[in-house]
Order: sequence, then structure tokens, then C-alpha cells
Amino acid sequence: MKRIVYREWRVEPARYWGLIAILGAAIAIAGLAAIYMEHEGHWLTGMTNSVVWGTPHVFAVFLILSASGALNVASISSVFGKRFYKPLGRLSGLLAAALLVGGLLVLVADLGRPERLLVAMTTYNFTSIFAWNIFLYSGFLAITIGYLWTMADRKGEPFVERVGTVAFLWRLALTTGTGSIFGFLVGRSAYDTAILAPLFVVMSFAYGLAIYILVLLYSFAADGRPLGPAMLKRLKNLLGLFVAALLYFTLVYHLTKLYGTKNTDIETFILVSGGIYTLLFWGGWVLIGGLLPLAILYHPVRGNQREWITAACGLVIAGGLATMYVIIIGSQAFPLEIFPGQTIIEFGAPGDIGGAVAPYIPSLPELLLGLGGVAMALMITAVGIRVLQFLPESLADRDVDPHASVVRPA
Amino acid sequence: MNREAETTATDPHPDLTSPPSSAPAAAAVDQTRRALIGTAAGVTAAAVAPGLVLYSNANEAAPRTDPVSDVHRWGMLIDTDRCATGCTACVTACDRENGLNLQAKPLGDDQDKWQNQRATWIRKVRLQDNLTGRMTNLPLLCQHCENPPCVDVCPTGASFKRADGVVMVDRHTCIGCRYCMMACPYKARSFIHERVEQNLSRAPRGKGCVESCNLCAHRLDNGDISTACADACAHEGHHAIVFGDLKDPDGPLRQALAASPNRQIREDLRLNTGVRYAGI
Repeated sequence: MKRIVYREWRVEPARYWGLIAILGAAIAIAGLAAIYMEHEGHWLTGMTNSVVWGTPHVFAVFLILSASGALNVASISSVFGKRFYKPLGRLSGLLAAALLVGGLLVLVADLGRPERLLVAMTTYNFTSIFAWNIFLYSGFLAITIGYLWTMADRKGEPFVERVGTVAFLWRLALTTGTGSIFGFLVGRSAYDTAILAPLFVVMSFAYGLAIYILVLLYSFAADGRPLGPAMLKRLKNLLGLFVAALLYFTLVYHLTKLYGTKNTDIETFILVSGGIYTLLFWGGWVLIGGLLPLAILYHPVRGNQREWITAACGLVIAGGLATMYVIIIGSQAFPLEIFPGQTIIEFGAPGDIGGAVAPYIPSLPELLLGLGGVAMALMITAVGIRVLQFLPESLADRDVDPHASVVRPA
Repeated sequence: MNREAETTATDPHPDLTSPPSSAPAAAAVDQTRRALIGTAAGVTAAAVAPGLVLYSNANEAAPRTDPVSDVHRWGMLIDTDRCATGCTACVTACDRENGLNLQAKPLGDDQDKWQNQRATWIRKVRLQDNLTGRMTNLPLLCQHCENPPCVDVCPTGASFKRADGVVMVDRHTCIGCRYCMMACPYKARSFIHERVEQNLSRAPRGKGCVESCNLCAHRLDNGDISTACADACAHEGHHAIVFGDLKDPDGPLRQALAASPNRQIREDLRLNTGVRYAGI
């Protein structure tokens, strides 16, 4: 294998600054939306006392999951010893940190009292998985920065395997923790199951890798760096495996729920009669985020074409957002089972929701805030690869695979 | 007792300024001396009295600053057979007691959406049994669980349970993450979605924080063992709500609990709620 040379992103200035301007505008608009919501109160969002977490959480949880998934590419090289992936490691670390920052900013901006962030960072209740997650998130950021140092600095190189292993274990803990935020909610029918933790882990594998591949394809194409078909094939095959695993865990999650008679109602709601949530489950989670990308990625011809791989990654991301919407909002819209065996005829004042599906319509500020988190993650990545040496100069097969040029016997 | 102490303490020798029985002779001797003593007494009283008043006020406030003990565990029994159809006296009373009636729908908000966004501590619920069709009325409020899920999940510990079993929110450390609302199986908690213009000092309210029924803690802390909802229900003549101490075997609540079969809502979750229901 040739020595890997990393170079700053040499995309032409007009294109780079154009990209920065667009992302900067999206971040500024998101900031204004957050200030508007904070100033006026959450009444102007679609959120209510029934659906307490809305669109910002869809984006925030998606970005946080993707962050830990994006770090997998580096782990494959330094933890599992696949040297083929080594040139991809630095971008993997950067993207992981960027996605996490984007997700956390959305989460914080949506708090009822964001100015009390300091309280959250100094006052802990250790029976709360949320409190643990504050450590998991900040620890992840610190470890990822350390991991980047071991990958980028000669002095750090001897530690890369050890730090990489810690980072890998930490990211597993982080996604398990994120899944447990929902899995530990005993009062809500859709949650209250331990399988949410591994389901979130496998989601993070798929979403993180899909974003990684898109960023890699775009950044390499933008300044004309070679990206060999063998490298791309490995990445897309891995994505296919993760998407298949995601579908499998989805199946097991619903089978687990269907087995218990008490969960029949929530399962009927999500799978059959839930309107937008049923549509997003079958159309978004299963079809767009699962079956279609699988069909593309394993197609003998299209599976090797960049445009189709790009499309598959985009579908996985779109399906991922739909999945988050079903899991986070659909599960809250479904009424709490407060009185099993009874039908709620009246529940408080007219308009108050109990025993009925809670309405939720995302508002524009919520959507803008969520998109701002995505823009922030991309901005950090774009600036990072522009000013520092994150991207390898070439990922041509002959440069990364010592056996690429050798004709193997049949 | 404190009031008596105050009266005594702020009574700085009233007879000092009145002449003693042998006064005429002494007055004839030295009028200046008497005036001096009178002035000194006045100045002393003026200097000491505010301090004494403050001291006695502090004494009066002292019981409220003492930590709540676990000698009591406050709870309720709600007899659904006595809960009348169409009566919302408990809800109205709670709204007035805790300033919930001061909430104003933000200009431009949808009426139905606002009903699901405004803070509600207690709701009147009407149920129909799926098999028998039997109708049941009941007020639904925070169940003041012994093992409250809202307390478990709160990252900052703002959602907490007092030693006397009252589950409430510390509005100084609530960051408005709403995780407690996700965790509560009873939809008992409300988020303040709007700017708050009017407030009661006994039930302060702030935009961006979560709140719920606190069993009229301001009453309990002042030694008034009652809640607005129970009082209102009794006032209407229904007596569907019995409030009291779950730890007092001779108290009215324990007596009522022993007298009729009752259960907890979502008993399967084993939260050991402080609010129990008869007739469901």
C-alpha cells in the first residue's frame, strides 16, 4: 500500500464560499427560529402536552445516531484491523464530531429553558438515562477528538488502536443510551422494550454510513480526487448489510410487540390504521429506507454506479428521518393506555386529548431548527476538510489496495 | 403560640411611662429626669421593636422553612361512585387555587390546540366499560407515586419527591426537556407553552418549565391539611375525595381506604400511587 497523503479540500473558492454561505444562512435562520420559539414559547410549535417532543427531536436524534454511525468507518480500520479503510478514518472522526454537535445544538435549542444548560451540566440525577447521556455525548466528543489526534499525528499513532477501541465501545454505549431514552419509558406502549437499544445501534450504523458515503462522494468529486470502484463497492456492500440488519431488527421489534396482547392496539395503529404514521412506517421506514436501497445496492449493474449508490444513500437518510418521525412522534400521538378495558368518553375540557390520537402538525420554526442542525454538521465538516488534512489525496484502488493491480488466478 | 409570643415580646414594659404610685413627690423633685427616662424608653422601644417584630415574623415563618419529614405520606381516596356527572367543582377550585385560571391563550393560537397546551393539574374524566357499558366519573391528577417515573428520568433532579410523598417540580432547576412528560403514565404533567403574564406567589409559574399537581403543598406547609379539590367536592356535597395521611392508621384516609375496595390506576406498573380510586 502506498503512503497515504492527506490534503486540504481544494475545491474552487467560489464553490466553497457559495456552500459556506448557503450553510451559514441555514444556520442563521435556524438560530432565529430558535430565538423566536424561546421568546414566544412553544405554543407556536406543533408540540402540546400530548406530543411533547416534536420535529426538532426527530432531527436531533437522527443526527446523534448518525454521529456514532459515522465513526464506524474509522473503527473498522483501527479496531478490526482492516487497513483498506485506514485512509477513510480521519473524515470518519470529523464527521462524527460534526454530526454530534449539530444534533446536540438542536436538542439544546429546543429546551424550554435553554439558558439553563449550565444547570444540566452541573446538577445530575444518576437514575436518569438522560443525565448519563450528557456524559456519553460530551465524552464521545472528547474521545473522537483524541482519536483524530492519534490518526493525524505521528506522536499519537502508537495509541490509535487503543483509543479506537475505546471510541468504538463508547459509541456503542452512546447509541444504547439514546435507544434507552425511549426503551425505559414504561408508561408508553410503543416504547418499554429493551430491543429499542440494539435497534438504535443498527440504525446508527446505517444512517452514519449513508451520510459518510454521500460526503465522501461529494467532496471527492468536487475537487477531482480519484475514488476507486473497489473502495466504493466495499462501502456500499457494508451499507447494504446495515440496512438489511435494520430491517431485521424492525421485524423483531414488531414481532416482540405483537406477541403481547396488550400491545395489539399500538401495533394496529402503527402498522394499519395510524394514517400518516402508518404511511411513514411502510413508505418511509420500510420501503424508502430499507427495501429500495437494498434493491439498488445489490443490483448487479446499478449497485456499482455512483449515481445509484448516491440515490441509495439519500433514500436511507430520508427513510431514517421517517423512521425517527414514526418512533418519536407516532408513539406519542398514540393515546396513553391509562384505563385498559375502558373507553374514554370525556377527558378534561373539550380539546384536551386523552384516549384519542393526539394531533401534531410540525411548524415552520421547528423544521428550520432541525435543518439548521444538519447545516451545522455540514458546515463543520466543510470547514474542517478545507483547512485541515482530513481527506486522502487519492482513494484509487491501486493506492489503497496492495493487491488491486495483481491479477489473481481464477 | 407564635402570635402570643409576638404580643408579649412587642409589649416593651408599657407601665414604664405611667407614673408609679409615689410619683407626685418625685415629679415635684425632678421633672427633667422623668422626661429623660421617658425619652430613653421611647428611643429604646423604637430601636428594639422592629427587631422584635422581625424576630417574631421569622418565628412565625420558621415551620415553613423546616425540612418536610417522612412522618406523613399525603394521599387521596377518590370514590368514583360519588363523583357526579357534569360536576367540575374540583377542576375549577384547583384552577383558582393554583392560578391556572390566569393562563391566557396566546394571540393566534388555535382554541383546540391551546386546550392541549395549557397547564392542567386535574381533569374530569368520564369512562365507559368496554364490556358492560358502565359509566364512571373520576378526577385524574398526578398520582403522587412512591416510585415516580417522572423523578427517575429527570436529568437534573428538578422533578422530585418530597419526604411526605408529594411529587413536584423545582422550577429553578427544570430545564424544560419534557422527559418527565414522556415518562408519566397518567398525562399528569403540563409544559408552560406560553409567556406568563400573571402569577400567584403560592404557585409561581414560568414559561418553559414543567409542572403538575402538588397536592396544594402551600397549604400543607402552613399546617392546613387539605386540598382545594377535596374542599370543593365536599362543598358541593359529594364528598368523593378524601384527602389525608396514608401513614396515619387512625386518620380519615386510612379509615376510608379500609372501608371500601379500591385500587391504583395502572396498578400493573407497581408505582404505589398515593392517589387511590374506589369503584373502578
